[in-house]
Amino acid sequence: MTRLSDRASAAIADENLQTSLRTLTSGLRSIARHVGQDPAVADRRAAATHIRQETVADLDHWVDEAAQSLTATGCTVHHAATRDDAVRIIRGLALQEQVRLVVKGKSMATEEMHLNPALEADGIEVVETDLGEYIVQLAHEPPSHIVGPALHKRLPEITELFSQVAGRQLAEDPQALCTFARVELRDKFLTAGMGITGANFVAADTGTIVLVTNEGNGRMCSSLPRIHVAVVPVEKVVPRLADIPTLVGALVNAATGQPLTTYVSMITGPRRADDVDGPEELHVVFLDHGRRRLVGTKYQPMLACVRCGACLNACPVYAKIGGHAYDSVYSGPMGVVLTPLLSGRPEDDELVEASSLCGACTEACPVGIPLADLIVHLRADLRTRPRDASWPQSTPVPRRRPRGWRWNGWARVWSSPVGYRLSTAAARRGARTLGRGRPWVRRLPGAKGWAAQRDVPVPAARSFRSQWRARQRDPRAWGGLG
Amino acid sequence: MPDVALFVTCMVDNLTPNVGVATVKLLEAAGCSVTFPEAQSCCGQPAVNSGEPEAASALARHFVEVFEPFDAVVSPSGSCAAMVRHWYPQLLDGAWKPRADAVAARTHELSSYLVDVLGCTDLGARVQSRVTVHDACHALRVLGLKSAPRRLLEAAGAEVVEMSEPEICCGFGGTFAEKHPEISGPMADDKLAQAAATDADVLTAGDTGCLLHLEGRRRRSGVGPPAVHFAEILARGLEP
Repeated sequence: MTRLSDRASAAIADENLQTSLRTLTSGLRSIARHVGQDPAVADRRAAATHIRQETVADLDHWVDEAAQSLTATGCTVHHAATRDDAVRIIRGLALQEQVRLVVKGKSMATEEMHLNPALEADGIEVVETDLGEYIVQLAHEPPSHIVGPALHKRLPEITELFSQVAGRQLAEDPQALCTFARVELRDKFLTAGMGITGANFVAADTGTIVLVTNEGNGRMCSSLPRIHVAVVPVEKVVPRLADIPTLVGALVNAATGQPLTTYVSMITGPRRADDVDGPEELHVVFLDHGRRRLVGTKYQPMLACVRCGACLNACPVYAKIGGHAYDSVYSGPMGVVLTPLLSGRPEDDELVEASSLCGACTEACPVGIPLADLIVHLRADLRTRPRDASWPQSTPVPRRRPRGWRWNGWARVWSSPVGYRLSTAAARRGARTLGRGRPWVRRLPGAKGWAAQRDVPVPAARSFRSQWRARQRDPRAWGGLG
Repeated sequence: MPDVALFVTCMVDNLTPNVGVATVKLLEAAGCSVTFPEAQSCCGQPAVNSGEPEAASALARHFVEVFEPFDAVVSPSGSCAAMVRHWYPQLLDGAWKPRADAVAARTHELSSYLVDVLGCTDLGARVQSRVTVHDACHALRVLGLKSAPRRLLEAAGAEVVEMSEPEICCGFGGTFAEKHPEISGPMADDKLAQAAATDADVLTAGDTGCLLHLEGRRRRSGVGPPAVHFAEILARGLEP
């Protein structure tokens, strides 16, 4: 098990990664600034926020309604309480239908489920068809960004990966590489027995599944194979089809700065008798995996997340360490909040420290999630609340152990004027003795992390309050005014 | 003459008292009568950011008791003012809640108090230097503060030049700087490189935490102009 600080250090030392991150984040941040200045965007964000928060507050109701509508259109609806349940359902379908090849659209939920290795263990070939996902699949790596899975990869690496597939050296030319992938994938689309996609939204009133892509691969996965499986995390439901334009607009704009993606697929049911194409069977797997538990807690707003990646792009910590350093399906600020809430792995708790609390994420979020505040809340809850199936709860539960005693002791001393004065005087005297008259030193005890990167300031000879007192005695003490 | 209670912050009190002296001089130049309630200590922000709301609440209650007699509380730190304004009403409840709300509404960051509350940009200071302003995160995103420090500097004759990304975090982040120096340090490097590219004589901000982090990193790496609080720059310009 590695620690966040080790992974971050490795990422910062990786020149290739740093070059990718610089290009990526400065480009995406300039898009965000541009988008942020458009007043129409602010209006749409407010509308999108309202819809999303309305939905998640009454999640069970909207999921039930969506399930009824989906069934009415001819879909088969499955409910998976855990990610293992979801994997079991999909494996069962694939085995029953004797599927040998699965094509997949980009879906973070299936990453969360570790679906690909499970299907591969059954001898099924699984091919990712989003170009970025295809690249990271060839590299045997997880995605490093929820919207751009291969944003950490440089052109020479991609050329190398594709050349291995081709069995010959390909030119280092993005256009030619895309063409190569297109030809490779076309064959897979045509022969696959099952297409698995996620869903950006599902309209509860009509049972319409909405897929937003720039490559058209989602449409291929959902229409060419005989069976289409859509994995839908429960919070992806929206009340009405009429909400979709607002939400797709807010999502796409926040993700890439585009007014609309190249493809928006709206799928209502499997192929009907008079349809010229479409799957014979359409299965919808609603994935809970800890999400419903968040309804009614202070983390409920997190369920509004539309996975646009804007908070990753805005985050200065993500910009330094990239997605893999989080060692989690979800990275950046949304990952910092969501991962400890959903993953159940205690080693993910330290992710809440991967934030300077600058608030750029809160500002970037198109659906009004107070990400920086949620990180602060989570830091407190992870320290003091037991981690069991009932966590997090809307009502406080007793402290597990008194980990805060140092902080509480400090607060008690500093809530007393005498305590504050005596403790700071002692600390200042100690630091000044060690500093031997220098204003800055290379290191001081108790500031190990600070001194690792920065010189350490030595406290001033006289505190402000002692200078204030001197001036009370003699108004000319400070010279000039006074 | 507006009466102002100075919340100097624990960092300024102990590490950069000259910022406190400068703050008093600027407020007096703007016609304020300044008091310094000596019972004050820390706003409690390190505790809330470390996931210790109980400790933070204890300090919040102390702050409310110390500062509620005053009509205006002014601090040379956007982050500490943001702590009071944003977190106190969430941290305190019961009978403390209305008291926290009232004190929060009367607590201001220095430049915002001078420019937005008093409407005073020209303090009579004269500054010759070329200055670049780092927008400290909590001043910018919690308090919505952007133009006030620039207007004060420009009114004093300083040439204000902008970095390519003045709004990106410098990497201080309170306890983040100590817990994740491997990330925090490189974030400072980006800020310092941007400041160096402006050819500014000085890099300024309204938060001692950011400034000590940037200055400490500059002393280690040798890149970038000195990092100095805008109150100090302006107060030096007041000297006869």
